[in-house]
Amino acid sequence: MMVQTFLIKYAEIGIKGKNRYVFEDALVSNIRRAMDRVEGTFAVTKEMGRIYVHAKSEYDEEEAVEALQKVFGISGICPVVIVEDTGIDNLAAEVVRYMGETYPDRNLTFKVNARRADKHYPLDSMELNAVLGEKILEAYPEMKVDVHNPQVSLVVEVRSRIYLYSEIIPGPGGMPVGSGGKAALLLSGGIDSPVAGYMIAKRGVSIDAVYFHAPPYTSERAKQKVADLAKIISAWTGQINLHVINFTDIQMAIYEKCPHDELTIIMRRYMMRIAEEIAKRSGALALVTGESIGQVASQTMQSLACTNAVCTLPVFRPLIAFDKLDIIAVSEKIGTYETSVLPYEDCCTIFVAKHPVTKPVLKSIEKSERHLEGVIEELVQKALETDEVLVIG
Amino acid sequence: MEVYLDHAATTWVYPEAAALVQKTMTGDYGNPSSLHLMGVKAEQYVREAREIIAGAMKVPEKQIYFTSGGTEANNWAIFGTARSLKRQGQHIITTAIEHSAVSAPLEALRKQGYTITKLGVDRQGRIDPEELKEALTEETVLVSVMLVNNEIGTVEPVKEIGEIIRKTSPKTLLHVDAIQAFGKLPIHPRQMNIDLLSVSGHKFHGPKGVGFLYAGERTNLVPLIYGGGQQGGMRSGTDNVPGIAGMGEAAKLTFARLAENREQMFKVREYLISRFSALEDTVLHGDLTRNAAPHVLSVSFLGVRSEVLLHALEDKGVYISGGSACSSHRRTYSATLTAIGCTKAEMESVVRFSFCERTTLEEAAYAADAVESLLGTLRRFTRK
Repeated sequence: MMVQTFLIKYAEIGIKGKNRYVFEDALVSNIRRAMDRVEGTFAVTKEMGRIYVHAKSEYDEEEAVEALQKVFGISGICPVVIVEDTGIDNLAAEVVRYMGETYPDRNLTFKVNARRADKHYPLDSMELNAVLGEKILEAYPEMKVDVHNPQVSLVVEVRSRIYLYSEIIPGPGGMPVGSGGKAALLLSGGIDSPVAGYMIAKRGVSIDAVYFHAPPYTSERAKQKVADLAKIISAWTGQINLHVINFTDIQMAIYEKCPHDELTIIMRRYMMRIAEEIAKRSGALALVTGESIGQVASQTMQSLACTNAVCTLPVFRPLIAFDKLDIIAVSEKIGTYETSVLPYEDCCTIFVAKHPVTKPVLKSIEKSERHLEGVIEELVQKALETDEVLVIG
Repeated sequence: MEVYLDHAATTWVYPEAAALVQKTMTGDYGNPSSLHLMGVKAEQYVREAREIIAGAMKVPEKQIYFTSGGTEANNWAIFGTARSLKRQGQHIITTAIEHSAVSAPLEALRKQGYTITKLGVDRQGRIDPEELKEALTEETVLVSVMLVNNEIGTVEPVKEIGEIIRKTSPKTLLHVDAIQAFGKLPIHPRQMNIDLLSVSGHKFHGPKGVGFLYAGERTNLVPLIYGGGQQGGMRSGTDNVPGIAGMGEAAKLTFARLAENREQMFKVREYLISRFSALEDTVLHGDLTRNAAPHVLSVSFLGVRSEVLLHALEDKGVYISGGSACSSHRRTYSATLTAIGCTKAEMESVVRFSFCERTTLEEAAYAADAVESLLGTLRRFTRK
């Protein structure tokens, strides 16, 4: 029996009150976009508070499910078999066939959970449960009924046609991307920032990304690697505008004029300033970074406070309390890990002090930055002018 | 201006060779194994390429086997010999400066129980034939030595090595990785007592994905790839007619002007040597005389990391090669440079310039000027 339709379950949208339709519409359009990439033709419909994906051509079920599992906002995906309503005898035969084909092992407990959306159907839900349950037991004596805690709950939904489903494939959860505003992600070639982008997108936030390029200290391949990472996470986040900013001159100015143990922290502050400017220009309402407390010198509490001090937009750090291994686990799950560990972006290590400050004091950092006065303003403007936007996904 | 100085990595393809590649792809595209006329025509191209290559090296045509490239040829020479001479012994001698297409198969044999002796080299990268003599034993089945080193261009004393082997241990075979040497200097395997010789097409203006192995009459190679029995059953797989024809054409054009080509490349090399020798904190590696290969020059500009100079030059349209794989956490140093006794600072800043016969002195001057103009700025920014 072919699965012709998927019933899409969503959790949190259901509790969004009057705004519910905003979330549902975002979800429907994101599902459409995801299904566009799947071979075949699909119709995505919203009917009576439910979202269905109907296959209108031949398609691969596994491919379709995989695509749906990347759409945030979906809590479950039910593969549905549709039966024409040609009387109860035919329905019973189809239900028996469905159970036999779906559960070839047959040693299981089940219950029938009939629902009449069409109240004109001659049998009511209770009667349907009884009749269909009995037919299943007759056909497969190994199966047993358990109405309280069944292993399989077979839903029989009576509409103009009859929908059969029993399996719920978990979705990615979260909120539909686009329903939670837009943020600018500071994306490097490392392990953390792509994961941070994925996680913020899970809460319905669409993202733009900012990458700081430092030729000749970082190579074209490093830039390509970041574009590749953006491409991978765009399967979840939707289209990403990747802003590539040439940061070399700013780095050199900091290197020449500021204390070396403060290079990284000052560099981070300028990255945040530039990212914030780009965020404002592109309508993003927050910045997102992959920082996690104590991971490196620039991510101690004191360092984070110093970096944070230059921002007026909120800075979200979804990984702040994650251990490295937990971050790696997510990056493996979403498929960014292998790309992240490619060894391209290390040419700019000369701008990292051998012993950077771990407990920077804001006042002293600000004092060091004063050495840049007179040149840095223009360099920042120039860096912003180098903004090259790559549309990814 | 675009100046490509990375010919040891790969070369552009001669237009005549490219034309032949296209012709055998869209016109005479038959399978040489087919019995019909299309097959016969295709076979003709393979035959001609074999003639050219065998002719250039003065060896019988049937001793040339086409492969997918230099790496396959090296692997085949090593594993093929090891398998055919297993009973004779399990000892192989090589050098500390081989390309990984030789050192990695040998490492695989070591793990299978073979004993691998790696001969050290002098400051110029040359092995001591006397040392080889000492290392040869009853058990030695193979000596594998490169003719031209890919990083510094040193030419190994292969002829002398061949003589020593014939005198001291006549059963031992000599394999020569000639991937950087073919088309850069005359190669006569029989005069040099070479039994096996590996070559790659794209290093001398031929296409990528094709190469060959010369296997002389003393060898009794076991195939590496089995299948439809092409090339006398020694190397199965449909003949790569476009690749083989293109490589043959490239060999023809290269050897037709070998002496002139060498002269031009040496001029460029010597020009760069004189420019870089005049610079402070600059170390030139290997043999700087005309005993070296004409197309490779290895230089360390101390205090400037290889990749940084490479990318800075790229910005000016000059393409060169860095010295070692770069990773801030785990840096792997070049085996060749380690073997010739380079310091860490030299290895971190080493770059390779490599040319072809069409590289002009103007191009060399442009590259040298570019390096000079960059060094000042780049040296100001070093890790503190």
